[in-house]
Amino acid sequence: MFERMTLIRACDDRIRRGLSSGEFAFTYWPATGQEAIAAAMGAVLRTDDQLVTTYRGLHDQLAKGVPVGPLVAEVLTRGTGVNAGKGGSMHIAHPPSGLVLSTGIVGSGLPIAAGVALAAQLRGGDQVTVASFGDGATGTGSFHEAVNLAGLWKLPLVLLCQNNRYAEMTPTFAAQPVAHVAERASAYGIPGTTVDGNDPDAVHRAVAAAVDRAREGGGPTLVECTTFRLWGHYFGDPMRYMAEGELESARTADPVGRYRATLLAEHVFDEAAAAAVEEQAHEEVEVAFVAALEAAFPDGGEAFTDVYLDPTGVPL
Amino acid sequence: MSAADATGTAGSAGTVRTMREALNLALDEALGADPAVLLIGEDLADPGGGISQVTKGLSTRWGNHRVRDTPISEAAIVGAAVGAALAGLRPVAEVMIMDFISIALDQLVNHAAKSRFMSGGTLSVPMTVRTAVFGGIGSGATHSQTLEAWLAHIPGLKVVVPSTPADAKGLLTSCIFDDDPCVFVENVALYGTKGPVPDGEYRIPLGRAAIARPGDDVTLVAYGRTVRDALAAAETLAGEGIEVEVVDLRSLVPFDADAVLGSVARTRRAVVAHHATRFAGFGAEVAGVINEELFGELDAPVQRIGAAFAPIGSAPTLEAAVMPSASSIAAAVRRTVGHTTGG
Repeated sequence: MFERMTLIRACDDRIRRGLSSGEFAFTYWPATGQEAIAAAMGAVLRTDDQLVTTYRGLHDQLAKGVPVGPLVAEVLTRGTGVNAGKGGSMHIAHPPSGLVLSTGIVGSGLPIAAGVALAAQLRGGDQVTVASFGDGATGTGSFHEAVNLAGLWKLPLVLLCQNNRYAEMTPTFAAQPVAHVAERASAYGIPGTTVDGNDPDAVHRAVAAAVDRAREGGGPTLVECTTFRLWGHYFGDPMRYMAEGELESARTADPVGRYRATLLAEHVFDEAAAAAVEEQAHEEVEVAFVAALEAAFPDGGEAFTDVYLDPTGVPL
Repeated sequence: MSAADATGTAGSAGTVRTMREALNLALDEALGADPAVLLIGEDLADPGGGISQVTKGLSTRWGNHRVRDTPISEAAIVGAAVGAALAGLRPVAEVMIMDFISIALDQLVNHAAKSRFMSGGTLSVPMTVRTAVFGGIGSGATHSQTLEAWLAHIPGLKVVVPSTPADAKGLLTSCIFDDDPCVFVENVALYGTKGPVPDGEYRIPLGRAAIARPGDDVTLVAYGRTVRDALAAAETLAGEGIEVEVVDLRSLVPFDADAVLGSVARTRRAVVAHHATRFAGFGAEVAGVINEELFGELDAPVQRIGAAFAPIGSAPTLEAAVMPSASSIAAAVRRTVGHTTGG
């Protein structure tokens, strides 16, 4: 999990560096600070398990196994991207990794994930689907409709809420009348649990239990992982809505540094081994960026392909 | 693009059935032909068999797992259909009344329509959304709207509107087995309409208009429920010596521009009619295409007939005041035929 977290952070750092310097430009919704949740989920899931995530999804996508090079190229909307530069950072899909899609509309991924899980249930087998979403999504009708369906039909679905304490610019406590997102589960007859989303081992245990339950036909579980969005809603967000000292306090709980320190203290690895992991991640990311930045944007004509499989009679 | 297919509409072979029965047959045969076909929506299963009994008997035959009742959750019904389609099934979602599609538009517009494109062709959403217009029976302003123009405006969706039982079977089957998302717009006012329906597998390619009635004097373009009124108007006008060619579009996307232009090139006069609101309706698109392609050959400006720009009241007098009718369509045709250029 440390390797995955390190790779995610290295990629995220590189994106923010490029955006800051003007090396490239795109709208970016950083998941900085949420790496532990993704890494733990990725470690639990099989490749053939399915994931539906959101526009704040770089960490989930890398954790599920989307290859770094084509992912970075897609984020930079190059023709060599995993979606030919047509999706961009918001809309990553990579079926070979089990990443169904990433949705740009808050809450919309939940009904879609329920449908993916329904297909798996109808086919038989033991494939599990994860819907990854933020606390903001729990205010949408889509969330409630989808969780109701999932509970009703006992779908093999894990509802992974990454509660990063802000829905766009509004704090979670100002947007919901319950203390924890996990409390919502009881309304739909499913278990709900809240764990420290900055502790990958805790997330791993919770997600593994939920995945096992889904795999065995027990139905869905809502797993709320509390965390903090360290770089705001979008890259460049001045975060004026935060209380004095809140961000500084959250930074001290940065899961990447914290997990590194824990593993060193527990002698899982030494400083040299940790540094080697980080070095390898930086190299992998740098190779990906060099290749992506050399690649061309898609040809303008590509705007008119993949709109329909059969475009006969369509005014393209 | 194809020319009009005059033989596709109501072949002589087959069994006389209502449109309700033809739709049921198409769904039944699709469920039988492909285990990936899944029906999902409110009240579909027996004993109810759907609010209009379109799905009657199907859950008994194919099981409640494949003919699946849902809570009243339009966003989740259509969203789950998107997910199931992404996962390789061919879901047919029912949105009971077309007005309710407003609740599911995010899934249709942002996800179903665009996933193929946004994934660079990696994803496919082979789903169909069946929905029914409940206009014409006094259902009031939130249960009577004809909203297909909303959907025709979205690249990535196909929009199909049958007018006969045979077309209902052939077009619905094509939608179900199409690899892109289709919205199939039924009309409750047509469910009891009878006509010959081909037995066995029957598909009508999407994007082929039909000549519902041939004529030389003026082209009358319509679709869905409006075709019935257009044919009634044409019958009346034949008695007055005006031969109307009725072109039934059958699908708005794909749009059979060749069929429309081919007819208007002969008749040099055109009226476009639909029950949807006239202002910014699909008729404006049809009129625009005719004007762009045939401006110099027209003997009269293209007229558009549609619902007035007002909500649809529940009282029969209010609905009638807003909606087009065979007589208002006939009046428009008379104006068009009576128009003289340069006069």
